[in-house]
Amino acid sequence: MNRLVWRRWKSRIMVGLMIGAVVVAVAPLLLILGTLVARGAGSINLAFFTQLPVPAGETGGGVAHAIVGTLLMVGVAGLIGLPIGIGAGMFCAEYPKNRLATVARFVADVMNGTPSIVIGVFAWTLIVAKQKHFSGFAGSAALAMIMIPMVMRTTEEMIKLVPHSLREAALALGYARWRTSLSVVVRTCLPGIVTGSLLAIARVAGETAPLLFTALGSQFMSRDLNQPMAALPLTVFTYATGPYDDWHRIAWATALVLIMVVLVLSLLARIATRQRFDVRQ
Amino acid sequence: MSANSLMTPPTVSLPDTAPPPPFGRELIRATDLTAFYGTFAAVKNVTIGFEANRVHALIGPSGCGKSTFLRTLNRMHEVVGGHVTGRVLLGRDDIYGPRVSLTNLRRRVGMVFQKPTPFPTMSIYQNVAAGLKVGARQSRPEIDAIVERALQQAGLWNEVKDRLRQSAVALSGGQQQRLCIARTIAPEPAVILLDEPTASLDPQGTQRIEELLFNLKKDFTIIIVTHNMQQAARVSDTTTFFYLGTMVETGATKQIFTAPTQERTEAYITGRFG
Repeated sequence: MNRLVWRRWKSRIMVGLMIGAVVVAVAPLLLILGTLVARGAGSINLAFFTQLPVPAGETGGGVAHAIVGTLLMVGVAGLIGLPIGIGAGMFCAEYPKNRLATVARFVADVMNGTPSIVIGVFAWTLIVAKQKHFSGFAGSAALAMIMIPMVMRTTEEMIKLVPHSLREAALALGYARWRTSLSVVVRTCLPGIVTGSLLAIARVAGETAPLLFTALGSQFMSRDLNQPMAALPLTVFTYATGPYDDWHRIAWATALVLIMVVLVLSLLARIATRQRFDVRQ
Repeated sequence: MSANSLMTPPTVSLPDTAPPPPFGRELIRATDLTAFYGTFAAVKNVTIGFEANRVHALIGPSGCGKSTFLRTLNRMHEVVGGHVTGRVLLGRDDIYGPRVSLTNLRRRVGMVFQKPTPFPTMSIYQNVAAGLKVGARQSRPEIDAIVERALQQAGLWNEVKDRLRQSAVALSGGQQQRLCIARTIAPEPAVILLDEPTASLDPQGTQRIEELLFNLKKDFTIIIVTHNMQQAARVSDTTTFFYLGTMVETGATKQIFTAPTQERTEAYITGRFG
């Protein structure tokens, strides 16, 4: 009986410790969100989304240029990075022992651990230094370079989770390998690939360092990828390090907008790829 | 009841059907077939023919090569990196011939696996129609008719006819396996290979599948791998015993189970090993 009591207590202690770990893990996230809302929400109004910044000292204005810049650059980065990343991931999953796949996997792991500022410097030498001007496209290229290894590795891992029996079932129906891979294997793990892609998009949408040397930032509305371009993280950086209280408020509000943009992107992609069925296998 | 009595097989009941005619039409024949994984020969020099519209059972202990042999008949053995020597004739075609289309071969030789494998992203209807995609384009009414017929033949139509658009993974294990049978027979193959199709099912699900085989052999030639000797005795017309990669004995099921010519066959079916 005594042992039973001790066992119950042991269970309670362990469950308590795990709940504690969850609270500690979630607390910073809630604190960040709470601070952002508390400090930034007050400065957000319609003008903040639709207007351009005003000179220091004046009140009002907005970050429309940075919202457009982030959407454009992240969009182009996605157009470049997602197909390459997903394609490379599929190759590595289909030909796991291939020499090229082994090398690609290793390079991707190294790239995933590379500080993003290094990638910014690389994009600078590759594009900005050659063209002799900063550009939104150089920013997109830098962001794409960050996305590719992330997306590639998650795609490969997701495909590997699909049971081999499903692949065999499709092949036994006479499916060619490409059809098996696309309409059965990739189709089955598509939600996982979408999640991986979203994480990559969310990650690069918040990247500042690779844009410093590439897109540079701008005070004006620029929709030309060949010109320097504003972005939300760059705007946060500029305003947060500025000397005025007004700027700090704008920085908080911009950070909140950045999080909302990521949230909206995630929701849209989720709705677009919603599963018709509950997938339980 | 002594512990030993668990090892004694229960009395084997045989189907009350007439024995197969001695000179049936042979549909598929393996000649001197050896199947390798790398350098290891899992199946050695097997020569055997299978008559059309019969149920043929392959039995033997685990690792005896019966599943591997089955998978050489639709060239699924190559999917796991194996290779074979010897020949397999389907009708008059050498399925290992140089110009064989794997798609066409697997449309003529369908396969059902040990675990039910419905495609989780497809509805019940789409699952059954999945195998039709690789063939000639068919109109919607044609596909509708094929799906209904296949589900009827698989004995699943009445259970799913009102929820064809719903997910296939919501079905029970036994229903999923019958769905896989419907998916396999929808393209009208000549031969159906079943690799322990009832191994993951409960007794009721197993019984449904066994009853099905009885009806399916009117339209198809069936080769079934099973670990369950009573099942082999119940459902099959011929039985082939594999041991250590070689084919020990093949013959009418009744003969194999009552008067095997090989000592190893007798030892296996009476439960003395395996």
